Parts: sequence; C-alpha cells; structure tokens
Amino acid sequence: MAEARTAERAAQDESHPSGDERFGLLDKTLRKTRYEQDQLIEVLHVAQDIFGHLSEDILIYLARQLRLPPSRVYGVATFYHLFSFTAPGRHSATVCMGTACFVKGAEEITQQLELTYDVRAGETTEDGELTVSTARCVGSCGLAPVVLVDGVVTSHQTVESTLANVGEVVAQESTEASA
Amino acid sequence: MSRNGRPTVPVTIDGQEAMAYEGETILRMAERIGVRIPRLCYLEGLSAWGGCRLCLVEVADDPRYRLACATPVVPEMEVTTTNWELHNHRRRIVEMLFAEGNHICAVCVSNGDCELQDLAAETDVDHIHYDFQHPDSTVDASHPKYVLDRERCVLCTRCVRVCNEIEGAHVWDVAGRGSDSMLVAELSKPWGESPSCTWCGKCVLVCPTGALAFKGRAVGEMRHDPAVIDFLKTARDEGKWDERQEAR
Repeated sequence: MAEARTAERAAQDESHPSGDERFGLLDKTLRKTRYEQDQLIEVLHVAQDIFGHLSEDILIYLARQLRLPPSRVYGVATFYHLFSFTAPGRHSATVCMGTACFVKGAEEITQQLELTYDVRAGETTEDGELTVSTARCVGSCGLAPVVLVDGVVTSHQTVESTLANVGEVVAQESTEASA
Repeated sequence: MSRNGRPTVPVTIDGQEAMAYEGETILRMAERIGVRIPRLCYLEGLSAWGGCRLCLVEVADDPRYRLACATPVVPEMEVTTTNWELHNHRRRIVEMLFAEGNHICAVCVSNGDCELQDLAAETDVDHIHYDFQHPDSTVDASHPKYVLDRERCVLCTRCVRVCNEIEGAHVWDVAGRGSDSMLVAELSKPWGESPSCTWCGKCVLVCPTGALAFKGRAVGEMRHDPAVIDFLKTARDEGKWDERQEAR
C-alpha cells in the first residue's frame, strides 16, 4: 500500500511536460485538494482562471492527475456554461442583457456588434482580437444599457457609442503591437 | 440483492399480495412475481439511473409518484403500477423521446429489436403530440467493429454505466446539457481512436435502440442482448453461472 502511494505521488509530482509555469500553479491547487476526484469542478475553475479557457491539453492533464476517465472530465466541463473551451480574444465586449438593459436596446447593440465583427455572441473573432458575449444583469440597472468593454463598465450606451468604444480598444492594441 | 433466504416483506402490488426481500426495489419485486412495469434506462445488473421516468408508480399514502427502479419496498407498501394518469404520463415520455431524436424505424438496423419501439406499442403511442426537433446529430463509424448513430440515442446511459461498472473502462460519458446533450467517447474523440476502449462490445449489446450497433448490419438485422449483463454480474459477484439463453 505504502509503495503504491509513493508511486502515485511520484507520478503526480511530475508536472506538465511542456514546462509551462502556469501548470505549476495548477499543481499547487491539485496538491491542496489532495488530488481528490470529487474536487474536479473546483480544479476546473482554477484552471480556467489561470489559462483563460480549458483546452484539450488541460482537460487531459487534469484527467491524468486526478486519475479520472477523460470522458467524465469532458462531460462535467461541458455541462456548465461558465467553462469555456476556446481561448478568449485579446479584447472583450460584454453586453448586459438584463431586463433594464434589454428594454433600453441591448439586443440591438448585440446584433450590431455581431454584424460589425462578423461573430456570434459567445464567440471570438477569427483573428482573436475580440470576444463578444452577453451577460445576465450586471447589477447596474440605473446605467442601462450597460456594456463592459475589456471589463470596464460603460453606461447609457447606444449602438454608435458602443461601436466607437469597442473600435477604439481594438485599434489601440493593434497599433501597440505594430509599434 | 441477495437471493438467499426467503422474502419477508409483505407488500401489495396491483391488489395482489406478495412477499418481497428486504431492500429489494419495487421494480425487481414486480419483475420476480411477473408484473411488468415499463422501463427504459433501467437494466438488471447495472446501477439504477432514474433518468427515463417511465417506471414511476403510485404508492398508497405517498403524494408523489415513486421510481420503481430506485425505491426499496417497505412493509405493507401498496403499489399501483398503472392508472390513467401514469399511462398518459408514460405515453408522453415516449412521444418526447421520439420527437427529440431522429427515429426512423424503416431505415434502422434495430427495427424489430428496439425497446423504444416496444415501449411505443406498450404505451399506445399512435402519433406524436410534439414538434419534431430534427436534431443535427452525428454518426461515429470510426470503430472497426461498431458504429454509433447519435440520431437514435435516447441518452439512457446504459452504455456509460456498463462501460464504467462492468467493463471498467469508462470510455463513454454524456457531454453538454439539455437538448445539446450527447454521447461522447473520451474527450469527444472518434470512438475508433479511443485508447481505453477494449472492443468488448457490451455497450452495443445493452443499447435499447439502434444507436449502438455492430458494423455491417443492414436494416432490421441488429440483435441486442442486454440480459448478458445480469449473467455477468451474477457470475462475478456470486460465482454462479446461470444457464444462458442462446444468443438471438
């Protein structure tokens, strides 16, 4: 029994072969949860916080470390809407679709964002620049309609102001990158 | 369940007095004394899943219907296996199963050997009250011996459970939720590329519909054998090999 445990520990002590330091952070959480299989959801949350999304590589790594069947890990992860499987864009625009914002025209804003950037809500543009998403109420109904641009709350938005704000942050990064 | 000793729990089922074993489920007891309760996800030898809700029965003095597959008997329990409401309820469930998939018997390998078909007959389904969803499901024919057609899958999870509990490989699981739920192998990979699949074929044998089938079977040629699981379980757990019916 003791030998088996040592072997198990040794396998778990080996981090991801890529040497990506972020896996070290994940290992820390795994150790803290004592590699308990029922901590899967907790560990998935941490992985998503660290990497921004859950890639296949990460799911396989977690399955190995927790010694769970891959299909179980995949089944659990895909069940919850808050887990994302594609890398988020460099920028994000999140339109609040809560009741107040919806009444004040959030749907139109979302549609125009989707048309302008040729992307559907919840997806990222092909060049990885922008992720357009919708949210339930963000709790600032007095500011409706609300759009979060790179996490910054912009209030009393119109289609024009939103497109201008989003266009600005997307352009900013591009110039910085080329400079 | 231990089949040793004598049943000691007195119960009434559809007005008939019977003796049940302690801890026995309503469904098992009914089966033993020859009372048929409709079921789909339940399979003798596997853990109870309680997903299909077809085996709901009425228990006297209980405001809720109970799952026959997962409710143990208690002394003096009075069970009614069918009434107008339960029959209607079961028929609707079967209708919804038809509406949410693409079940076209005329082109199905399992035509004539399909538990969904049998249930439709049993629950008097003559037409579907719901809009057909016509899901855009996929077929996985990557495995050399077997084929998975998700259009015919009713998500009973028998294959998931048999692979996990009997074979021990846990190749299958259900991904997504709601109407997006689907059966996946590994990390949603082609079945044929699964490193953990042992090719044992038990998932194919227990499938109630034509979703999992032997490759190369034509329409109506598929024959399942779900009873093999109870045989295996009894042999493994109790060291008793019962006589097997000849495979169909």
